[in-house]
Formats: sequence, C-alpha cells, structure tokens
Amino acid sequence: MLFLSKDLISLDYEANDAEEAIRAAGQLLVDSGAADSSYIDAMLASYREKGPYFVLAPHIALPHAKAENGVSEASVSLVRLKRPVRFGHPANDPVELVFALGSSSSSDHIKLLRKLTSLLNDPANIEAIRAASTGEDIEALLGKTV
Amino acid sequence: MKILCVCGLGQGTSLILRMNVENVLKEMGVQADVEHTDVSTASATPTDFIITSNELAQSLQGHSAKIIIVNNYFDLNEIKESLSAAL
Repeated sequence: MLFLSKDLISLDYEANDAEEAIRAAGQLLVDSGAADSSYIDAMLASYREKGPYFVLAPHIALPHAKAENGVSEASVSLVRLKRPVRFGHPANDPVELVFALGSSSSSDHIKLLRKLTSLLNDPANIEAIRAASTGEDIEALLGKTV
Repeated sequence: MKILCVCGLGQGTSLILRMNVENVLKEMGVQADVEHTDVSTASATPTDFIITSNELAQSLQGHSAKIIIVNNYFDLNEIKESLSAAL
C-alpha cells in the first residue's frame, strides 16, 4: 500500500484546469510504480463521462477509476494546487486538494479508504494539509493521526 | 431497512460514504443494511433509501427509494442531519 508518502505528494502545483490537476495527481501514482499511465486516461474518461461527483467535500477531489484500468498497488497521491481550479461541482468548487486514488481489488483497497476517510473526517487535518510547507510535514502529520 | 450508498463507479467514493454512513447510524443507534454500488446498478436495485451526491441524484430520479443528498462526504454532522431528517 502506498499512502501519501512524500514522493506521492506535490505541493503548490500549477494547473490550469481540472484535467491538468487530475493528470498531475495520476502521474504521481505512475511515477511511484503503483499504476500504469492507462489509469490516468481512465480517470479522465470517468470525469468526462460521469462528471465531477468525486469532488466529495469543499475544495477536495478524489479522482479514481477502476482497479482493472491499470493499478498494481492500492495507493493515494496528493496534488495541492497553487491556484484552486473549478471542476464543475455545484457545491464544492473550487478544488484545491486532489487525492488520486489508485483502486485495487485487494483487501488493501478497503484499508486504504479507511485511512483516507479517517484522515479527511477531521477538519483539523485538512487545515494542516492546506498549511503544510513540505511533503515531509504531511508525512509527519499522517504518522501522528493515521 | 436497506440503504444504498451510490457513486459513479461503485468502488471508491460510495465505499467512503458507506463507512461514514455506518459510523453515523451506529452513533444514532439505528440498525440498517448498508451497501454501496454504482449509479446504473442502483437504478435497478430495490432499496428503501439511496444516499448520494446531488449530481448523481439527478440520474436516479424516478427510483422508488427515498433519495438523500450529501454534499460533504467527510462531514459527519451533515450526514447525520440528512439521515435524521429522512429516516
């Protein structure tokens, strides 16, 4: 399981639109070896077909696709955008934090979602992620809370 | 009582919603059978309640279940209020 280690985090990334933001978060999964580049295309296809329903909370998006779209390991990356962008969600735009979720069919998938859910259920953690200066800061936060 | 948590693919966000719905129901002391699925399966699945985002709720109009909308999947208070109002 690869969960928000510092090489899966990119802070103050400059994206012009939602697709660039999704691509960047997906690229972190690809660079870590957790997913194939086909997974990025599948996340983008899902966004185009099904819309921005995965913007699950104010300023937070969790793009993902299916495990069979090219994921080898359950994983979560984070891109924090320098300038928030609109995903087209009626209530939760604009998006600042993009957590790409590498879905897997293993039991790790549920463990991973549980970790991510308990992290994001606490507004103090979200504030800390928005305020962090480095990926190491976020890694340290996770060590404490998850 | 059956509650279906619904997202676009039925694998990621609906499972997150299910975890939080189960947390809230436990806190409320309500017994329910909670499952998660994708929007097209949901449209053909009989259930008492469907919980989903506003956006996906549009495509489930006409379903016999009562539809509950949640905007912030990580706000346990919002989920609790929406469930309390609907159940």
